[in-house]
Amino acid sequence: MKILIKNGLVVDPANKLNEISDILVEDFKISKIAKNLKVQADQIVDATEKIVMPGLVDMHVHLREPGREDKETISTGTSAALKGGVTSVLAMPNTHPAIDSKEAMGLLKDIIKKTAHTNVFISATITKGRQGQALADIPMFKKQGAVAISDDGSSVDTEDLFLKALKKAKDTDILTICHCEDKGLSRNGVINLGVVSTRLGLRGVSRESEYKRVERDIRLAAKVGARIHIAHVSCLESVDIIARARQKGIKVTAETAPHYFALTEEEVLDYNTNMKVNPPLRTKKDAEAIKEGLRKGIIDVIASDHAPHTDNEKDIEFERAEFGTIGLETLLAVSITELVDKRILDWTELVKKLALNPAQILGIDKGTIRAAKTADLIVVSPDREWLVDKDSIRSKSRNSAFLGRKLKGIVEYTILGGEIVYAASK
Amino acid sequence: MPISWTRKDLLGLEELSKEELELILTTAESFKEISTREIKKVPALRGRTVVNLFYEPSTRTRISFEVAAKRLSADMITIAVETSSVRKGETLVDTGRNIQALKADIVVLRHNSSGAAQLLARHLDISVVNAGDGWHEHPTQALLDIFTLKEKIGKIQGLNVAIVGDIAHSRVARSNIWGLTKLGAKVIVCAPRMLIPPGIEQTGVSVTHDIDEALYNADAVNVLRMQFERDEGAAFPTHIEYFQNFGITKERIAKLKKKILVMHPGPLNRGIEISSEVADGLNSVILEQVTNGIAVRMAVLFLVSQGHDKKYENTDKKRPGR
Repeated sequence: MKILIKNGLVVDPANKLNEISDILVEDFKISKIAKNLKVQADQIVDATEKIVMPGLVDMHVHLREPGREDKETISTGTSAALKGGVTSVLAMPNTHPAIDSKEAMGLLKDIIKKTAHTNVFISATITKGRQGQALADIPMFKKQGAVAISDDGSSVDTEDLFLKALKKAKDTDILTICHCEDKGLSRNGVINLGVVSTRLGLRGVSRESEYKRVERDIRLAAKVGARIHIAHVSCLESVDIIARARQKGIKVTAETAPHYFALTEEEVLDYNTNMKVNPPLRTKKDAEAIKEGLRKGIIDVIASDHAPHTDNEKDIEFERAEFGTIGLETLLAVSITELVDKRILDWTELVKKLALNPAQILGIDKGTIRAAKTADLIVVSPDREWLVDKDSIRSKSRNSAFLGRKLKGIVEYTILGGEIVYAASK
Repeated sequence: MPISWTRKDLLGLEELSKEELELILTTAESFKEISTREIKKVPALRGRTVVNLFYEPSTRTRISFEVAAKRLSADMITIAVETSSVRKGETLVDTGRNIQALKADIVVLRHNSSGAAQLLARHLDISVVNAGDGWHEHPTQALLDIFTLKEKIGKIQGLNVAIVGDIAHSRVARSNIWGLTKLGAKVIVCAPRMLIPPGIEQTGVSVTHDIDEALYNADAVNVLRMQFERDEGAAFPTHIEYFQNFGITKERIAKLKKKILVMHPGPLNRGIEISSEVADGLNSVILEQVTNGIAVRMAVLFLVSQGHDKKYENTDKKRPGR
């Protein structure tokens, strides 16, 4: 089986590629990248005026299985991923049961093997049941194939316990992903604390609740020399703190999600619960700081924080509604619309944020197009516009913060393991 | 220039124009006289059904809406949470849809969650009137406060109005701020720092933490009920501390150069936010507020029953669910 992708702009920062080339995929691997390839192929993809890039690596995804298959399954979530050009996801462990034991990992790996449509990597928990009380068996997770640990959804509040976790993670050489939220400060807040929470009469989440915990986690990581990754950065102060830590040579990486640079707290003004996310949408200043952080490379990764919820959990009173937006299908298009189109990132930088950097941070052999490597790549029409509407959503849940928006950039083909597994309708 | 009412709902004062506010007030003026008649009834809403859907305990607002609906000849049903299937886990929207299926015309909603009236309004074709949602808005309370001010002083434009109390958690404060500032009054809010919500000055009010400063130049003061059961109450070890620093007392009123009207949305905490002497004194218009509440709510019920716009249809894309 040979697939010839002709005439696309090939963007692959790992190999410093940014030129019009042909790519030949043969026997599920990339066999040639060169101009004007003259070969016979079973299938020819005309990529003229399109961009060919590595399959995206989304390192923050809630697939909800096992336990909440009414929201999403590994099958439906990874199918949505393909439409979004995502070929590798990191599954977050806040499932039911949480991925905090060998048995739970075994169960999850089994479901992945049977039903996943993309590569699925696993983050296990830091503590048992994500309760922040007792550490889980972190070395076992690594042996079982987990590439990260995280209590995502919660921070490990007890400083001493988190310090021990980082020591164990360092011994094990596994990445710790930090959900930075001091719940003593965020209390029961539902949106950013400020004039919008005042106008709406909703409980606010202070900025301190995030950045004070970013500060703490970085301080502890520096003490141990462990690698940490700050999830879903939403505010200006966090960006500054991470920048300063990096200058000091501390091993910290960071991610943000598209809604934190594309949207602000003003979106909540009509009590739209799809805009209820954790951490909350912040101000215009914060969104600008996030973009600047991405431009300067202080924020390494854009991840979706894909968080599916059913209508029953979203179309209710704002305070009672669940936190989160789905994002796998809009990750790339929002990034193109808000960052590339507005000249904040060029294509090379975008591919770093969406593929190469997360792969390197997780230590997985993905995020690049390279000869002889298993071919995970996507063909993107950068200028094609589309409307995010409920009927177009592949995810089992439809709680997108971007519903009703026009976005630029359509994934025309997703090639996973050398096979075309998704093709957009014309 | 007179305008006509087009909204099917009254959810808050923030979204209303000055003209819409004035239309409610003039409509209320014409309805006020009805309550002074021997036969206190007009047929304006005859054959219409109004449902009070109350998720929070309330006496005066609930009864005020009941009386208002009855004086317009509407049929009035009150659903209190304790006696309904809400307890069985029915959602707000499902309850609303059932009320709509009973062919009611207007739902008056009191709910402890901010935004509840918006949620219900976008799911129902029938009218929704917000009778208080969480900390967000209590539009008819502010309208009756403003109506009373206008009746007593003759105008709103240029008035100085102080709002004293727990601004952070008060829907009455928010609705008053929107209504008064749109009509040209100057509003000063006064509370201990912890009860002033962030960014409140961006709504067009000034802020003070000194009660005497708040009262100094005020034509009227709206005294909010202090609710010590909130967790912030822990910061006030005794009610006496609050009363001494922020309570409206005879001595504070006596120091003022000009006459001040004293308002309170009720129920009163005598000796906490207001002294009995002031509450029952010459400056107090607290009971007149209650009387005016009927006229204002009659006006609101009447106007929304005329309003047919489907303002949410066009924004459906931005909204969750459906």
